[in-house]
Amino acid sequence: MKLTDISNDINEWFDGSGPLADIVISSRIRLARNLAGYKFLSRCSDTEKSEILDKLRDIMMSLDLGDKVFYVSVDQAPTLNKHFLVERHLISRHHAFGKGPRGVVIAEHEFFTAMINEEDHLRIQVLKAGCQISQCAQQINRIDDMIEKKVDFAFNPRYGYLTACPTNVGTGIRVSVMLHLPALKITGQIEKFFNAAKDMNLAVRGLFGEGTEAASDLYQLSNQATLGVSESDIVSRFEKTIIPEIIEYENAARSQLLSKQSDVLDDKISRAMALLQNARLISSQEALFLLSHLRLGINMHQRMGASTPAIEKLRTLCGAGDDPNKASVLSIALQLNYGKPLDPTHRDALRAQIIRSALNQDDPQKS
Amino acid sequence: MQCQICNKNDATIHLTEIADGVRTEMHICEQCAVEQDIAVKSHIPINELLSNLLAVQPSDDELSGSSEQNLACPSCGFTLAQFRKEGVLGCPGDYEVFEKTLLSLIEKAHNGKTAHCGKIPLKTPRDTKKQMELLSLRQQLEAAVQSEDYELAAELRDKIKQNEQ
Repeated sequence: MKLTDISNDINEWFDGSGPLADIVISSRIRLARNLAGYKFLSRCSDTEKSEILDKLRDIMMSLDLGDKVFYVSVDQAPTLNKHFLVERHLISRHHAFGKGPRGVVIAEHEFFTAMINEEDHLRIQVLKAGCQISQCAQQINRIDDMIEKKVDFAFNPRYGYLTACPTNVGTGIRVSVMLHLPALKITGQIEKFFNAAKDMNLAVRGLFGEGTEAASDLYQLSNQATLGVSESDIVSRFEKTIIPEIIEYENAARSQLLSKQSDVLDDKISRAMALLQNARLISSQEALFLLSHLRLGINMHQRMGASTPAIEKLRTLCGAGDDPNKASVLSIALQLNYGKPLDPTHRDALRAQIIRSALNQDDPQKS
Repeated sequence: MQCQICNKNDATIHLTEIADGVRTEMHICEQCAVEQDIAVKSHIPINELLSNLLAVQPSDDELSGSSEQNLACPSCGFTLAQFRKEGVLGCPGDYEVFEKTLLSLIEKAHNGKTAHCGKIPLKTPRDTKKQMELLSLRQQLEAAVQSEDYELAAELRDKIKQNEQ
């Protein structure tokens, strides 16, 4: 299994399908765990880190996940591959560019990853398309049980699972949903969403986690407290309270657009389509911005001649890259598939060409 | 109250400004707040939160008379000064060694909660497991009493009694 095998296609959990997928793009749950009898990573020597890595890698590779798994040695991976893993949400930036022996075990269909030696010894995550938080919870709990049969995790009766940073202690769980909120943005009400998140003690991040800007109207919403509240309570709060509330906000903004500003909406969506179908050079930021409007058009049942999975595929292939500061020049999947790094103009041309051929299938001459 | 700018929507944002001893008040709606660029900063990154919490730590310690400031963990040699710098702990034992200092930080980071409630490892010795279940039941009981769900509270009380036997 090579990274190029997955870089040509888009992952199952991000293909625009799943429950409530017009707003909730994906659901993700991560658990942080540390081995009992070892120091946390900040105090481990490289030898100790290698020992932890070998032990956990062997266990992760032997789990019965119902999918083949492969291992990437992150510290030895080429820079382009590291960027790709981050762009694809398979590892964090912290893991990609950290120090010392570390790696990641990835299921071929990308629904599961296990980062070894990130901030904690082990961080496992399960991803699914659309709003499927309780399904993620069931699956990750089952995987965690399988791992626990083979190792002892650092656990204290009072504080629960012990983590390197006290902000993750207790359950070690982080539940995140990726939301597409273009109408709140267009109608200038995105602050409403930020305030609601703050009131519910949730963190909002951009497309690529902590410190990244919200690109293409996509926002990650996740829990902050991990102690004193059970995994099932966090999950049910997301499903019963948080997500319905945010969906209501976005849908109200969409209705408002349709009833009061339908010209503005039509204009934005038609412009997006026209530009994407005809541009010869397009930066990733412009592409993300326009694809977001196109996705909104499709979700509002306008006949666009394109589908949500097609948009998601384009977004993944032509996306912003993982580094917000270099958003206009990076798109790793594009370069990995091309076989070598590209200069910015060539990247913009190749990106425009891929988008044109995907959106002009009925009229090949245009592409 | 109506928005002072558009005079249309309800004012939901109330600003008080005190400049040169003169106090001015402003009542506006969300839409006008966005237009005027008066937005409430709603997202605090974790590391900022952490350093803010740590920054207030010394005064708390002075109050509790903690001697943890100069302590080094016997198993990993970790000190609180290193924690302030790096934001991560040195070993699982640090949770006990620096308990007094960490407790207020943990309380602030987790909505005032200081005890685990949730999954327990399958291999935890039975009596610890029992203790944990009791702890969790008591926490649920507290929440039930607070939300005046007395039926649930009675049920939980029975469960706790059963577990204690």
